[in-house]
Amino acid sequence: MFEVLPLIMMPEGVEGKVVEIRAGKGLLRRLTEMGFTENSVVKILSTNRGSLIVTINNCKYALGKGMAMKIMVKRDL
Amino acid sequence: MVTKKITVALAGNPNVGKTTIFNAITGARQHVGNWPGVTVEKKIGIRNYKDFEIEVVDLPGTYSLTAYSIDEIVARDYIIEERPDVVVQIVDATNLERNLYLTTQMMELGSKVVIALNMSDLAEQKGDIIFKEKMEEFLEIPVVKTVGSKSIGIDRLLDEIIKEAVKGPHHEHEIGYGNKAEKKINELENIINNDNVLSKKYPLRWLSVKLLEGDENILQKIEGSSIAGQVKKLLETADLEDYEAVMADKRYDSINAMLPQMCLRCVKKLTVSDMIDRVFTNKYLGLPIFLAFMWGAFELTFTMATPFMDLIDIVFGWVAGFVAEKIEIQWLASLIADGIIGGVGSVLIFVPNIFILFFLLSILEGSGYLARAAFIMDKLMYSIGLQGKSFIPMLMGFGCSVPAIMATRTIEDEKDRLITILVTPFMSCGARLPVYVLLAGTFFGKDAGSVIFAIYVLGILAAIISAKLFRNTILKGDPAPFIMELPPYRIPTLKASAIHMWDKGSMYLKKAGTIILFGVIFVWLLASLPWGVEYGSKDSFVGVIGHILEPLVAPLGFDWQIAVALIFGFIAKEIVVGSLGVLYGVGEDEEALSTSLIDEPSIYALNALGLMVFTLLYMPCVATIGVIRKESGSWKWTVFAIVYSTVFAWIMAFTIFQAGTYLGYGI
Repeated sequence: MFEVLPLIMMPEGVEGKVVEIRAGKGLLRRLTEMGFTENSVVKILSTNRGSLIVTINNCKYALGKGMAMKIMVKRDL
Repeated sequence: MVTKKITVALAGNPNVGKTTIFNAITGARQHVGNWPGVTVEKKIGIRNYKDFEIEVVDLPGTYSLTAYSIDEIVARDYIIEERPDVVVQIVDATNLERNLYLTTQMMELGSKVVIALNMSDLAEQKGDIIFKEKMEEFLEIPVVKTVGSKSIGIDRLLDEIIKEAVKGPHHEHEIGYGNKAEKKINELENIINNDNVLSKKYPLRWLSVKLLEGDENILQKIEGSSIAGQVKKLLETADLEDYEAVMADKRYDSINAMLPQMCLRCVKKLTVSDMIDRVFTNKYLGLPIFLAFMWGAFELTFTMATPFMDLIDIVFGWVAGFVAEKIEIQWLASLIADGIIGGVGSVLIFVPNIFILFFLLSILEGSGYLARAAFIMDKLMYSIGLQGKSFIPMLMGFGCSVPAIMATRTIEDEKDRLITILVTPFMSCGARLPVYVLLAGTFFGKDAGSVIFAIYVLGILAAIISAKLFRNTILKGDPAPFIMELPPYRIPTLKASAIHMWDKGSMYLKKAGTIILFGVIFVWLLASLPWGVEYGSKDSFVGVIGHILEPLVAPLGFDWQIAVALIFGFIAKEIVVGSLGVLYGVGEDEEALSTSLIDEPSIYALNALGLMVFTLLYMPCVATIGVIRKESGSWKWTVFAIVYSTVFAWIMAFTIFQAGTYLGYGI
């Protein structure tokens, strides 16, 4: 069993896999460049007010919540 | 007795216990079908409660009400087309924030919502304390605590459903999306209002919001209506991608503003690095910590550099004296001693400062802190109309504007980039530091460190104000949404920091060796010609130029020597110091220049402060102007940068001098 959800909806500390990025060309390229590619393992470390801090491929990123809405993640249940 | 019918839709994120609530309400009386046209399961149940017959429709679990998946479209269409009397949103009490995102969208849909705060027992076990009354107050939605698995709170939920269903129209809770988006929403609302069919069928604001988000499904819905053409025309001019992200951010902003008051969050386990991040990137602590680091770096720089400066001072003093003694030809001795050694000496004396500052910045960079600093600044940057990426060039601007402006190439958005290019020169570069060191050291004594720090802060403020100004006038738009890497914390190595320091510092040295050398010779020539005039006197060429400009700078409290020094500062800003040295006829070392400045009646604390501010802000040096021309690709923007910064500098220095004089800080 698994579910697909926007990255922003993932509970903190739970790992998921990127399945899709629902973004326009520019943004998609940017995210891909930073390692947000299909099947990359991503995890939310903490959520702050304006943004959240995630790890992907052992890298830490800070990203806006709007951005995190566009990254679809699969997690096992 | 007549039973009244109420239809209720159950909505909520997946895995929040929606089905258990559904079962708890309807018991066995349910039937399963499919939503029309799609293979999504549709469950309907009936419950008789008090004198009502309640039909409950279980909507597919969704995270939001965008049109990304069929589930979302089904849920949304049901609420909007079938208009159930009440929508019950099942909220996972253990994860309020993400659940409330859906709530904000429900509220926008204009439906009557009741929240079932499910799994509230688990939340309490976890240590979350949720204030139900506060939730009701902020959301203007009734909230019922439930535990679906134990059928706790179901009757109270039904009571609230009935209360809402029989109630008249309710006040709609709106989320403000910020001026820019609101303006567009307003325009859309006005257009849609002209279409009788659409404006009756859909909530006006919701429709406009969805259109602005570029919702494909909604675009289809308005297709063929009388206003489709107008709407499309309006949307073509907007970057919907950005709006969508900005509006999602705003929804979270409003949730986050309410959240701390609605829920006392439980403590979460953290790693050391995360703990450091929690502190360093904290909303309240982050900025003060960042400022404290910067202030500490400048203080330390000033303290540590002093012994080295004294040493260089002695060496140059000795060399100049030696040369003056040994060279017989008088003009040559003057050129070498006064011009070259004097000028270059007064520039080289600041090498310790610059190297130490770069070393400390390298340590901060190597430790991984600088990326956090950028992260901390992002919210601020966004609020001033720039994005996180703009912070890096601006930070580099503390070193040298030239590489900093070149670094703006990583910014993809054209407007973001241009604004960054225009404001980066306000970040006080290393070349300006000697000017502050000399003037603050001379006139402010032990407060020199604090004064210099204040100058740097002023530079940052000037950049902020200008960015905001440009964003609201000549370069309208919103900055792109941000994403930024945070490298792991590391203990910086001495070697790496030293190499970094040398790379940056040697750039300054090279400049001191070339441009500045020519600069000071040029100054010396202008100060010595025509032949026979007293060196740097008012009859020399510089004197003539300075006197022509004097009326322009007089309101700032500057005399003609300062005017001349500022002209030469165009070659490179550190030359301001060298020129002052040459012009006041002392030159060779800082101590002598410092002493002569104290004795000089035309310069004193107040206009020295004005001079520092003017040096900080006025037109960028020739190398920076060259790179602005290259990176902006336009002479128009280059000229604009020169004129804007000089006018800005003049106004600031004027304000300081006139206000200071008025307050009695003059001579």
